[in-house]
Amino acid sequence: MSDHEYTPKSKFGKWFNDRLPLLTLANHLTDYPTPKNLNYWWTFGGILTFCLITQIVTGLVLAMHYIAHADMAFDSVEHIMRDVNYGWLIRYIHANGASMFFLAVYIHIFRSLFYGSYKAPREIIWIIGIIIYLLMMAAAFLGYVLPWGQMSFWGATVITNLFSAIPLVGEGIVTWLWGGYSVDNPTLTRFFTLHYLIPFLILGLVVLHIWALHVPGNNNPVGIDIKKPSKDTVPFHPYIVIKDGFALLMFMIVFAFFVFYTPNILGHADNYIEANPLVTPAHIVPEWYLLPFYAILRSVPDKLLGVVAMLSAILILAALPWLDTSKIRSAVFRPLYRQFYWILVADVLILGYVGAMPAEGLYLLVARVATAYYFLHFLVILPVLGWKEKTLPIPLSITEPILGGSPNLATAKNKESLNK
Amino acid sequence: MKNFFKIFSFIILFSGLSLSTLAAEKVEYLKTDWSFKGLFGKFDRAALQRGYQVYTEVCSSCHSMKYLSYRNLAEKGGPEFSIEQAKAIAASFEVKDGPNSDGDMFTRPGRLSDKFVMPYDNVQAAQAANGGAYPPDMSVLVKARGGGVDYIYSLLQGYEDPPAGVTLDDGVYYNKYMYGNKIKMANQLSDGLVEYSDGTIASVEQMSKDVTTFLMWSAEPHLESRHQMGFKAIVYLIILTILVYFSMKRIWSRIETEV
Repeated sequence: MSDHEYTPKSKFGKWFNDRLPLLTLANHLTDYPTPKNLNYWWTFGGILTFCLITQIVTGLVLAMHYIAHADMAFDSVEHIMRDVNYGWLIRYIHANGASMFFLAVYIHIFRSLFYGSYKAPREIIWIIGIIIYLLMMAAAFLGYVLPWGQMSFWGATVITNLFSAIPLVGEGIVTWLWGGYSVDNPTLTRFFTLHYLIPFLILGLVVLHIWALHVPGNNNPVGIDIKKPSKDTVPFHPYIVIKDGFALLMFMIVFAFFVFYTPNILGHADNYIEANPLVTPAHIVPEWYLLPFYAILRSVPDKLLGVVAMLSAILILAALPWLDTSKIRSAVFRPLYRQFYWILVADVLILGYVGAMPAEGLYLLVARVATAYYFLHFLVILPVLGWKEKTLPIPLSITEPILGGSPNLATAKNKESLNK
Repeated sequence: MKNFFKIFSFIILFSGLSLSTLAAEKVEYLKTDWSFKGLFGKFDRAALQRGYQVYTEVCSSCHSMKYLSYRNLAEKGGPEFSIEQAKAIAASFEVKDGPNSDGDMFTRPGRLSDKFVMPYDNVQAAQAANGGAYPPDMSVLVKARGGGVDYIYSLLQGYEDPPAGVTLDDGVYYNKYMYGNKIKMANQLSDGLVEYSDGTIASVEQMSKDVTTFLMWSAEPHLESRHQMGFKAIVYLIILTILVYFSMKRIWSRIETEV
């Protein structure tokens, strides 16, 4: 990984490092040559690591006070909110932390889409990322069930029932998942176990994600391969560390605002009503970050096909490195792709909006059109664009556009100057 | 830096959108000034004490508050009754305890550590006494309703004669803020229903406001320390961010690129 051999200065350091090269690893991490033109969209990797650690630490504390039992879960959450020292703080950080985690991961994913970071030689990083994202959704869903409110219970019922769409064995799988004939105490205890397990799986995958990243090194806004180390790169420490730190602090200000001033705005009021199997809420809606997929699920009239469509919408991302046939990574040099990119962003936001609305009338129609366009983007537009698009000339190095006196292409947002 | 502000404004926009769409209310609720809103929002101590009085004298005959203990009444950030007052309040309730050494259940005066006494022994008893409708526990009621405090405040004042064409069954009442407009709770408040010891006129509006404030506190007993800590945390973060920003500028000035 590191190009040069590293030898610790102290005798003990050398002795230790010969046996376990932790110091070599630390040296690699600090010296890691990073493109110097990375913009702030690249700071979300570090922010996501912070989110994961925050969720794990707050989650550990909550697990010390939470009771995974259908009769006591709701009460134990209220106990945390009222009687545990700073329990309200820990819980609000954890609950809002999930939302902040997803906000950051969506920015991270869409950054990758814009700058073509998923393309060769970074396909494995991308696919690991998709697996992490899937696990995040699983962890978030399982975690939302734990307070055992109305939305917890009915959300769990709706989502686990999706498996019943599988032909022949579907019903059996649902019973197996529930550990009974309805969502009940056995469901809650296993959901708690899995909710505790998944973050550590994510942590392991994050290590692989970063490892896979450190082989080819970071992509950059210009999207060209750069020599490492060179005048195009800076060592990770202190340059990227301080920049990531600055961005993280800004992120934390937003995070803190949610935690301290509107801690319940992202949740659903019904989840403060204890789960009641006899009363179904008027509208069962998932958390905001799952809404686009919920909209896709509901836009297909057939249950099985709806589930297939929803899963495909996520899994299609794993095939993205091969669906996108363009050799050019960065959208900065792809004038057409850039427009389709923003249409996709709008499409996903629309899906999220209609996902929160009742599936009827105009909302359903919009959801169907948006779902169709989502797949069209990945299955038709991207492959065709790679062949047809007339791309802009790419600079030879990332210093060229800077030293040439022209604005840094990565940060230049003036379309006219780029389209010429 | 331009890019940075774009990201930041995107996040703010997202927050703003989520606030506006999620908090979107279909009904226009009655508005009043809540002392606990805003960056420095605090409970109005006197309103909490009056609200407690309304709860005990009016609501508590049907609605439980199972997550509250009498000790909470004397705790900081709440109604802040004195310990003696809270003890006296607790002692005014008969609490079922036991079994004693003879194996019998017995009643005794309440203590600070007791939970609020429940009006009914179980859900079925509550339903039987209320025409089949269960009066919801009010401990977290404010957070369990979409419109929050504004909804509760409006509901209490929202009783009207039903419009022409709407027929109501026995024991069902018309309320313009209730979901579906039909509610099984009769109008409870009338001017002068309770007698406030601090001389405040007990109008329906005043009692609604007081009891809703009390319910907000019961749902968020740590709201005041949350606001105080939040302000400190955010100021701290802003100062640290500024310092880190200048350090970053300094460090990156060694490179001929903009950060």
